[in-house]
Formats: sequence, C-alpha cells, structure tokens
Amino acid sequence: MLLIAGTVPDLNFPLVFGPALLEGRSLKVGEHRIPVLRGTPALVAAAIQASRFAGSEPPHVLLAGDTGRGGGSRLVYQYLVENAAHLGADTLTFHYLQPEVDWHNRILMALDALPRPPVRIADAGFMYAAKMSGYASAYDLFTPDVGELAFLADEKAPHPFYTRGFILHQDENAPELIERAYLHDNAAKYLLVKGASDLFASRDQIHWRVDAPSWEAMEAMGGTGDTLTGMASALIAGGMDMERACHLAALANRQAGVLAKPTPASQVAAIVEVLFEALKQCGQEKIRDHE
Amino acid sequence: MFFKKLFTRKKRKPLRVDRGMLLFDHTSDVIRAETLLKAEGWAIQVMGPPPEIQRGCDLVVEFPLMEQMRILETLKAKKVIPLEVVPVAGPLLLPVDLFHTKDFGDYLMVRAANMKITIEKKTRIIVNISGGGCPDVPFLAEQLTGKTLEEAPKPREIGHTLCGYALQLAYEEVERQCS
Repeated sequence: MLLIAGTVPDLNFPLVFGPALLEGRSLKVGEHRIPVLRGTPALVAAAIQASRFAGSEPPHVLLAGDTGRGGGSRLVYQYLVENAAHLGADTLTFHYLQPEVDWHNRILMALDALPRPPVRIADAGFMYAAKMSGYASAYDLFTPDVGELAFLADEKAPHPFYTRGFILHQDENAPELIERAYLHDNAAKYLLVKGASDLFASRDQIHWRVDAPSWEAMEAMGGTGDTLTGMASALIAGGMDMERACHLAALANRQAGVLAKPTPASQVAAIVEVLFEALKQCGQEKIRDHE
Repeated sequence: MFFKKLFTRKKRKPLRVDRGMLLFDHTSDVIRAETLLKAEGWAIQVMGPPPEIQRGCDLVVEFPLMEQMRILETLKAKKVIPLEVVPVAGPLLLPVDLFHTKDFGDYLMVRAANMKITIEKKTRIIVNISGGGCPDVPFLAEQLTGKTLEEAPKPREIGHTLCGYALQLAYEEVERQCS
C-alpha cells in the first residue's frame, strides 16, 4: 500500500488518515472533500490515477491543514512516529511538510526500527529536511525540480532560498548538479529530476533522460511536478521497479500535457483528468513484471 | 610565508563587528520587522542565520548594532518583539539573488530559487504559482492566483516560510519587469 504524507492549505482541516478517492476535481478522504488545485492533493490525485492504471489499491493519505506555521505538519509527524508500526505502508511518500530536522530524524528512527521499512520517497519540504539532516542517503528516491536539485548540490544551503549563486540552477547544468549532490551525500539512492528534460540518476550514472513529448506551458503550472511524483509513487507501490516506474511516470506526465494542451494559465486539474489516458498510451509494458 | 599570510589576509572578508542580528520565532515576524524598519529608513537586510544560532526561524534581520535601542523601540511600538538580539560574529547566509525569466508570449514567468510566478502580461493577472516545498506555498497560490498584481496580497504579508519569502522576491521581480 502507498501512503502519502502531506498537508492541505486549510487551517481548519483536521488530521486524517485513510484511503483517498477521486471524485471529479476533488479528493474524498472519509467525509472530507479536498479540491485538487496543486500541492499534495494534486500528488494524491495523480497517484489515484496511476493506481487505477496499475490495478492496485488506491493510496492512503495522512493529511493535516497547514498554511505555513507548521502546526499541521507536526500533527502528521507525531502520527507517523507514534503509529509507524501500524501504518501498513510498503511505500511512503513525503510531500509538502514544514522542514523540521528534529521531527524528520524521529520519523527516520521509527521507520528504521520496522522489520520491513517501506520504500521511502521524499519531495518538497520533507526532502529539504532530509537533506538538512544529513540522512539523504537513507531515502530511496528524491524528486527535485532543477531549482531544488541546485539546493541538494549546495552542501552549505539549509534551504533552496540560500542556494549560492555560483551553483547555476538551469536545466543544462543538471548532470553537474547531480554529481555534486552525490559527492556531498545529499541525494537519495535515486534521483528523478523534473524539468524541461526529466532525468533519472543514481550515484554512478544518469540512467535515462526524457525530452519528449514536450509541452512548454507545463513549466509554469503549479502542481505538474507533484503529478509526476504521485504517479511514480503509485507505480512503485504497484510493483514496478523504480527506474521503469519513474520512466513511465515521466512519459505519461508529458503526454498528459500533449492531451490537455494547457496554456501557462491552465490549472493542474486539467492535467489530472487526462493522466489515466496518458498512462494507457505510454504504458506498453506489463506492470507487475517482477511477479 | 610572509607573502602567503599577507595574501590570505587581503582575501579575507572583514568581520562585521558593527552589525547585529534580530532573531524571531517565525519568518512572518521577520517579514513584518523588515517592512517596518525599511519604512523607517533603517539600513537593514534579511539574511540567513549562521549554523551556531539554535533559536528562532530560518531568517534573521541584520542591522547596525549601534542603532539597537532605537530599532527595538520602533519594533516594540508595533508589537513586533524579537526573541533575541545577538552580534554578528561570522558570515551570514545570503538569500538567493538570481532570477530566471521565461517569456511565453502572452505570459511571463519569473523564478527565484525554487519558486515561480507567472502572469498574463496584458492584464497583469497572476495565472500560476509553482515550485516550493513549504506548506504555505499551496496557500499562497490559492490566495494570489486569479488576481492582478495590484489586487493580490503580497506574499510577504501572508507567507510564513522561506518559500514564501522566495515567492516575494519573484513577485517583486515580475512587478519590476512589468512596470
């Protein structure tokens, strides 16, 4: 089972844990409805589409309301620490959460104590905390965009906001940034770098790069990186090996751009709606090839 | 050896013994303090704290130490109280100052660090906000998207994190480019 831990931008939203369903342009978790605008809801919506494609169960979510003060993130953190043994997750994806190293370390210890720790995927704020903690290599996958990759490559930066100017965060520099991130042990076992080109890398090599299809306006749209992470997470949880799952997710995310034909003013819900079709078009290979 | 020492000394930046740091609990307090002090004409700068500072959030206000009393009075009058005031004893982290601009024809996108803002040029409406990783980003996006640069709240007014502050920088840059 895939578990996604993140936040929604509503202070009145309580801590919730359970399976998430997609109904129109909203998520349904228990009795709660969450509009799919961007951020963690967009990631969850994409994961639901990919789970449907993979024939696996829909993702579970652990969410709380947070608008930047960190209160909701801490509720999520506390729940993870106290219930680590009972989460039942094979794959755990961390997303928009307040980057707090102390909580990060407590969660990592709780997960390490499990007889079968889940596959760990980190994006957004929790990836920042993972890098700052010095335990980036304890993760299976980070999914940075090129700006965040520059942050991983800067061994001194505690947040992307402080990435030093000489570390150029542009797509053409991605291979050097990847090398530098691994040099200072600030990367997970694998990196899925999201950008004009999507790259999949490990410490030793860049495994693949995907440049096409390409729909330029997606770069401006909030949530299109989240949909890629969401699909990759669900395909990994569905049994596909990490490299192929990320490759299919990258292709499908791009194909969704071609299908939806968004402008820079379009919202990510338009992409989410065509992800299942995009996955079908791109996914020629058998899903559960390991079985 | 003498020449080596001399050369090294020349390259070293002078220690800023005349500067202090105001530490706050939250980035939003830093932003309020910055707004207040800049409005009063103080030579202050928002920076990153050195690693040895264990209290407060991820931003500090660097200020001229000799003006401490008057600066604190200014802040106190507006009920913006720092957690602590400490002298600057080492180099502070500099916020990102490089912007990447992409022209989509009818739309213009500006990126600062990990945050991107896109506006429609003709109407100056903010059409998208993307990037970032802190939980105020989706909140900021909801509050700003669909509004003109004039109507939208400034990210610094409602953001709480470094991502919010990076969005403020991108917002100022797109405003500058479209003025």
